[in-house]
Amino acid sequence: MPEENSGSTQPQGLGDKVREQAAALARVLKEKGREELEGLKDPEKTQLWRSIFRFKHDETPRNRALSVLSNVFFHLHPAKVNRDAVRYSYTWGMGGITFYLFVVLTFTGVLLMFYYHPSKVQAFRDILYLEHDVPFGKLLRNMHRWAAHLMIIAVWLHMFRVFMTGSYKRPREFNWCVGVILMVLTLLLSFTGYLLPDDQLGFWAVTVGTSMAKASPMLGHEGPFGPELGMTPFNDVRFALLGGSIVDANALLRAYIWHCIAIPLLAAIFMGVHFWRVRKDGGISGPAPVMLESEIKEDKGPRPVIMRPSGMR
Amino acid sequence: MWGDWHQIWEIAATPDNIPIVAMLFLLPFYTWYAFREAFANDRLIAQLEKDPALAKTHHRKTHPWKQGWEREVHTWPYLMRVEFLAAVIVTVILMVWSITLNAPLEEPANPNLTMNPAKAPWYFLGLQEMLVYFDPWIAGVVMPTVIIIGLMAIPYIDANPLGNGYYTYKQRRFAIWTFIFGYIILWSLMIVIGTFIRGPGWMWFWPTQTWDHNRLIYEVNRDLHEWGPFFYIVPQNLWGKGIFGALVVGLFTVVCAWGIHKVCTLTEFSRKIYARMTLLQIITMQVLLIMMISLPVKMALRLLLRIKYVWVTPWFRV
Repeated sequence: MPEENSGSTQPQGLGDKVREQAAALARVLKEKGREELEGLKDPEKTQLWRSIFRFKHDETPRNRALSVLSNVFFHLHPAKVNRDAVRYSYTWGMGGITFYLFVVLTFTGVLLMFYYHPSKVQAFRDILYLEHDVPFGKLLRNMHRWAAHLMIIAVWLHMFRVFMTGSYKRPREFNWCVGVILMVLTLLLSFTGYLLPDDQLGFWAVTVGTSMAKASPMLGHEGPFGPELGMTPFNDVRFALLGGSIVDANALLRAYIWHCIAIPLLAAIFMGVHFWRVRKDGGISGPAPVMLESEIKEDKGPRPVIMRPSGMR
Repeated sequence: MWGDWHQIWEIAATPDNIPIVAMLFLLPFYTWYAFREAFANDRLIAQLEKDPALAKTHHRKTHPWKQGWEREVHTWPYLMRVEFLAAVIVTVILMVWSITLNAPLEEPANPNLTMNPAKAPWYFLGLQEMLVYFDPWIAGVVMPTVIIIGLMAIPYIDANPLGNGYYTYKQRRFAIWTFIFGYIILWSLMIVIGTFIRGPGWMWFWPTQTWDHNRLIYEVNRDLHEWGPFFYIVPQNLWGKGIFGALVVGLFTVVCAWGIHKVCTLTEFSRKIYARMTLLQIITMQVLLIMMISLPVKMALRLLLRIKYVWVTPWFRV
């Protein structure tokens, strides 16, 4: 302390020194603060911004392409699409709406799972609790229900559109098949969800639905050749579906697991394949230039379906 | 009781039936929408076929096009904004629907108290309606499997290279009629019957007829071999019934196959497409179409003539 004092020209007290340093600090803080504020005015220059968004949002072709390509959610799309494909009259938007509804259903479904126990004692009470006590619980359940119905409608209309535009034709044959599987999964998702409230509606719908399984040929105890192959109500395909010979606690648990875990996972995998194949098969099918009858290439004799080099244009 | 409009309202206003009521409007609308596009393209195709010089230079779409225009547009913003708009509209529809209409919740599940009518969810009512006409192993197991496999087979049996990626009716008449027959007539109509017509006991109630829970129907369903003149012709024993049924089913198959063949070779164009098909494709198409036709035929037999089975054997009944 005394050494320092002797080093300086003007003798200073401790108080002066603190004051001076505080003033310097204030000056620096002010300057830095102004810098930050300048950054707020122009957030695109900040490190934070640049770490998230790698390019400017200028209306240049390069940046328009980049905004699709460098975004994990958007890069499902190609950078450019057929100029007429964005018209509603061609796609009706039904495939995209189906996917969006799947997202909505996943979101509301996860929220519903917080309030639901898949057990005979709790399930129905949970729905009552959800409808009467949980804030927005009723809205949540309604949205999940109606989004499920809407998704089925959207899937059916999507299939109708794809058929009417002949989009299942070469090279997209396989993707049509993936789509059919996705449609079946959508119906199964909805059907397994039907039982979960454990009310009369779901109980009898599932009773009716699964009673058909006992009539399966060879696999059901009431089906043709079922009894001959040793099928009983306690070992046939219906037993496997319900986890019992009647719709009861095990059926509820099985429906829950199929509904919340197994089928959504399967659907997500098939959706991944579906979208991937849309891109790999050359994007959405059209609107393509019309072809004339006279332009059909002469078929060099019929070839077996299995030998046809599909995937090639 | 007839003239019961309240009954119709009650069915249509059941929350879980809203999707079907919506489909009653959406399906005709989108069918019209698709055909409007198809006819516009067909006019263009006719024009280009008449004028080969124009066909060489034309951009071959009904949408406007000028020399120098980009053939592709950027996904961002031209596609993304449409998708965003669609998401917003769907969200709004869903919100309004969820606020105004509550999801149904009945009494707690009770195995001792049967719901009457006990209906499957609306999208499976077509299958449930099929139970009237076929045994459960056909309606509930074989038919759904055939529908799924049949749908998947479409791309592999359609040998027509035209109409790939654009709406057209003229170039795909057979395919379009087949699909509309399966999708609208069979699948959707069966759902509508299952929803609006079938009441307690899964009995047939015409629109505006009250669903009477005490209604009894004194209808006797007979098998084909017992019906009308067949009762006297067919030996009423195991062998007689079996062989008669097999003959009828066989005859039906042959007649259908012949009819389908006739339709497939009706025009010059369809003969050309038919010639491109392999034997496997033709057989698959025939089998699927015959199964498809058998449904309305069996419906007519049951509803008009009260015939239950056509072919009775000790192991299965069709």
